[in-house]
Amino acid sequence: MLIIDVILLGIILVGGNDIPVLNPMGFVAQKERDLIITFILLMSFIVIPVFILTFLIVWKYKAGNSHTKYDPDSHHDSKLEILWWALPAMIVFTLAIITWKSTHELDPYKPLDSDKKPVIIQVVALRWKWLFIYPEQNIAAVNFIQFPIATPINFELTADGPMNSFWIPQLGGQIYAMTGMQTKRHLMANEIGEFSGTAAEINGKGFAGMKFVAKASSQADFDGWVQNIKKSTHPPLSKSEYENLARPSENNPVVFYSSTEESLYDSIIMKYMTSTENK
Amino acid sequence: MEKHNSDDKVFFGFWVYLMTDLLMFAVLFATFAVLRNNTFGGITIREIFDPPAVLTETLILLTSSFVMGLAIVSLNYKKKFFTIFFLILTFILGLMFLEMEFSEFIHIIEQGYSWQTSAFLSSFFTLVGTHGLHIAVGLIWMGILVAQLLRRGFTTGNLRKVRLLSMFWHFLDIVWIFIFTIVYLMSGI
Amino acid sequence: MTDFIFGKLTLSALPHEWFTIAGTISMIAGGISVAIFLTYFRRWKWLWQEWFTSVDPKKIGIMYAIVALLMFFRGGLDAVMIWIQQALSSGASQGYLSADHFQQIFTAHGVIMVFFVTMGFLFALLNYIVPLQIGARDLAFPFLNTLGFWLYVAGAILINLFFLVGGEFAATGWLAIAPLSGLEFSPGVGVDYWLMSLQISGLGTLLGGINFLVTILKMRAPGMTLSRMPLFVWTSLCSMVLVVCVFPLLTATTALLFLDRYLGMHFFTTGFGGNAMMYINLIWMWGHPEVYILILPAFGVYSEVVTTFSQKRLAGYTSMVFATIGITLLALLVWLHHFFTMGAGANVNAFFGMMTMVIAIPTGVQVFNWLTTMYKGRIRITTPMLWFFGFISTFTLGGAAGVLLASPPANFQLHNSLFLVAHFHTMVIGGALFGIFAGITYWFPKVTGIKLNEQLGKYSFWCWIIGFLVSFVPLYILGFMGATRRLDHYDASTGWQPLFIVSALGAFIIAAGVAMQILQIIVSIIQKKQNLDKTGDPWDGRTLEWSTSSPPPFYNFAIIPEVTSRDAFWEKKSSSSKAPKDNHYEDIILPKNTAMGIYISALVFLLGFAVIWHIIWLAVLGLGGALVCFIIRAFDEETEYILPAKEVAKIEAGRNK
Repeated sequence: MLIIDVILLGIILVGGNDIPVLNPMGFVAQKERDLIITFILLMSFIVIPVFILTFLIVWKYKAGNSHTKYDPDSHHDSKLEILWWALPAMIVFTLAIITWKSTHELDPYKPLDSDKKPVIIQVVALRWKWLFIYPEQNIAAVNFIQFPIATPINFELTADGPMNSFWIPQLGGQIYAMTGMQTKRHLMANEIGEFSGTAAEINGKGFAGMKFVAKASSQADFDGWVQNIKKSTHPPLSKSEYENLARPSENNPVVFYSSTEESLYDSIIMKYMTSTENK
Repeated sequence: MEKHNSDDKVFFGFWVYLMTDLLMFAVLFATFAVLRNNTFGGITIREIFDPPAVLTETLILLTSSFVMGLAIVSLNYKKKFFTIFFLILTFILGLMFLEMEFSEFIHIIEQGYSWQTSAFLSSFFTLVGTHGLHIAVGLIWMGILVAQLLRRGFTTGNLRKVRLLSMFWHFLDIVWIFIFTIVYLMSGI
Repeated sequence: MTDFIFGKLTLSALPHEWFTIAGTISMIAGGISVAIFLTYFRRWKWLWQEWFTSVDPKKIGIMYAIVALLMFFRGGLDAVMIWIQQALSSGASQGYLSADHFQQIFTAHGVIMVFFVTMGFLFALLNYIVPLQIGARDLAFPFLNTLGFWLYVAGAILINLFFLVGGEFAATGWLAIAPLSGLEFSPGVGVDYWLMSLQISGLGTLLGGINFLVTILKMRAPGMTLSRMPLFVWTSLCSMVLVVCVFPLLTATTALLFLDRYLGMHFFTTGFGGNAMMYINLIWMWGHPEVYILILPAFGVYSEVVTTFSQKRLAGYTSMVFATIGITLLALLVWLHHFFTMGAGANVNAFFGMMTMVIAIPTGVQVFNWLTTMYKGRIRITTPMLWFFGFISTFTLGGAAGVLLASPPANFQLHNSLFLVAHFHTMVIGGALFGIFAGITYWFPKVTGIKLNEQLGKYSFWCWIIGFLVSFVPLYILGFMGATRRLDHYDASTGWQPLFIVSALGAFIIAAGVAMQILQIIVSIIQKKQNLDKTGDPWDGRTLEWSTSSPPPFYNFAIIPEVTSRDAFWEKKSSSSKAPKDNHYEDIILPKNTAMGIYISALVFLLGFAVIWHIIWLAVLGLGGALVCFIIRAFDEETEYILPAKEVAKIEAGRNK
């Protein structure tokens, strides 16, 4: 069984380009990767001795090895018992401290430190595509986002349909998107590139096709991209256009919108929270 | 030689069952606590709460529990007539309670609301209704038991069932106290 | 009128897709062949009188094992179909299943493996072994036991019935997370099948939980104090405590989902103030302890197996008991780790993450004590021991993966990925299923009087462990590669396909292992003469079940044993073996067989079917009939009979010849 441990450790240490979680391109993902490796190393302190001990004991005390000691009635050794409780307790205690610290440090709601102004992207999980609204730039896109590198991206997420989980493995971990409420996720790309983003919670028939591209570019490229969309012939995202978009569709192509109706995102959240009679 | 289905085992088993039932109610209480403000434009608990009616309901159920206690005392003294008499009295009180609860529901529906109106009303109807359903089951049990007592008298089985029924009835009483406190008093005032 | 008679049921519900037609044909063919077999050998009456209506926990245990085995084939077939689809469906190829069908298959696979296979085998072992180990003749409530079993069967039939009627199962994942499982997003009958089969079999499990809890606490042989109970009894007790604590939550939660779907309520809907997060909390408050319900009895099996085959007393009994109790309590406090990604605050997430890691301590203690037990023992490497070694190696790996997942920041990257899938399969297969296999091999001679063929058992083990590693190690890696679970299709550019293919190959190695196991049982029975065990104690056992003959008489013990220490039978064998045999028999009171369990379950089954298809008259009939039957049974005062001492003496004399 040592073999598996070695294989896993090997993969983790070498870390091919094909393994996004272990080959992070973002600030958050990098810290999460480091944490994963710390955990695996610490746990090896207990897993590997267990494997070795099991092997040694079985090898030595196999029936038929008549020369070894046989002590059928020994069943209690206080010192040993204390050790058996203390050993895992020590490892777990260490892991627990790391967990407490890292959970607070890597809280998805915590804004990232940076001297640059964050880009806000509002995310709506639909059946079966992702709608991204840039409230400050006043543009929107389906299944595609672009943002500048080394700049915090503040994602605000909701859903208009079954719950989903938003995930860009190379930039950082997941967060759920649910109807009638908003969750938050802060990410930051360290390097330029196109990363795949995905839906991680089953939400019906078109689930597997619910993918998007997250493109990290230079600030200038990002500004150019925004201007391009604004000037282009892409339609505006009006209320009725949104109603059309929200209907179930599979393997949706990338679509851009040159402008968005004001507070569309808020109205998507609010429609699940108040009755129509009250409006 | 040990009697096979010794009472000890049965009572302990019934206690465990009551605990599982309590946990089920705990879920319903939890959903009520989470959803009680999600009225979605519908009626609120303040508008439902009619203090004199609910207080009367509560007193009726508490009295029925007391009368059930009297039935057990009569049972201990092997007084068949009184046991049956008090059981019938409990039955009548239980029926009155159920009638009042039912009319409360009807009253809400007459105003044009139902469990489909809002999450709050869903949880309200489910919690109070589940308690009512338990009361109804208790009443059916009581009715059959009275018939059995008249037919067969104080057999071991019947004696045991009266005691189990009284445990069940007191349990429902306690659940109602929680409903009274959490649903009506804490949310409704 | 047709609406009244048939509800939502129409001719279009009949099978018309290839998989429903195939399922229907195989079920009908299977049913007909069994019927022909039984009629030809004139076994109907025997089956009804000796088995179906029996309240003997030993017979109910065997029936549980048979149903669980059938469901294992069903769930295993689903697994193979999932593997093949994922190996094929990359890039331009869409595989051979539609997305909807694929989603139904993995939902069915999960539900069947957890509720009907693992739980079924678990109750099989508990029914057969617990009364024997505590020196009891039957359970506290024999009728509830048969009722619980038949409700489990009713649920199992219902979950297979969708092939015949409706052709659709839930496509929501095994926990039917709301709001996806609500009427808005899943309008078909699939989720209703899920709801009804879970409600019915869950009720059976709850009855079993209460029954075993009372049995273990109230029916132990004189002298068997709590601190003298075998570890398997302890872990079973803790497992049943968890059943009693959390199955009411499952019943209530699925009932609320039922109200949403049938009466238009708004507990978990998206609109009208419903709260789907509440569903996720409630279902995991049941779902996490459920894992420990499955795994604790397996821990008990390992304790029995390790002590017996090391020929040594269990090391650190007190530690082991406290570790078991600790796991039981902690199991109730960690459910939130299933959805760290919901966005609860860092304090909440960190608390639940740390609580989860704490479970590693008692689990570690158990592992270390098993090692200490082997130390200075005489270890016989038999098949049950091999399963134990398989468990140690996979479980420590899976456990380490579990601790990693318990750290919220790491979890954000691994949640809902194939890493998670690999983790819980390691725990359930390596932990619970290997334990069940160890238990079956260990106790098979007790149940049948025949020892299983060792050679084939060993081949089977090696197929299983190698197949397991080949199929699940790639899934761990795929998780790191960003592959989410439940994908019916993925892009070729991801580079996942080779690993998916390797994983699918592993499935065939496992299938070979299963084939070996079946072969093992068949060969052992054919070579009955070589494998016969007449002593009743083939392994030089330590606990009371080995003091009876194999198979034990229907009353288990002619004389209830007096227990004076742990390892009661071992003690008796080593010290007072020369004591004169006490032949003073007494009358034995035993429960009478009853068919009420079947009748009630059949009516409940009709109720479930009627509810799925909105056939109101049938639902009323089923519910009313079940209640009436239950009342009749409750007031039946002649449920027991007396086996006279003379009769016992005669049977015992016959056996001892």
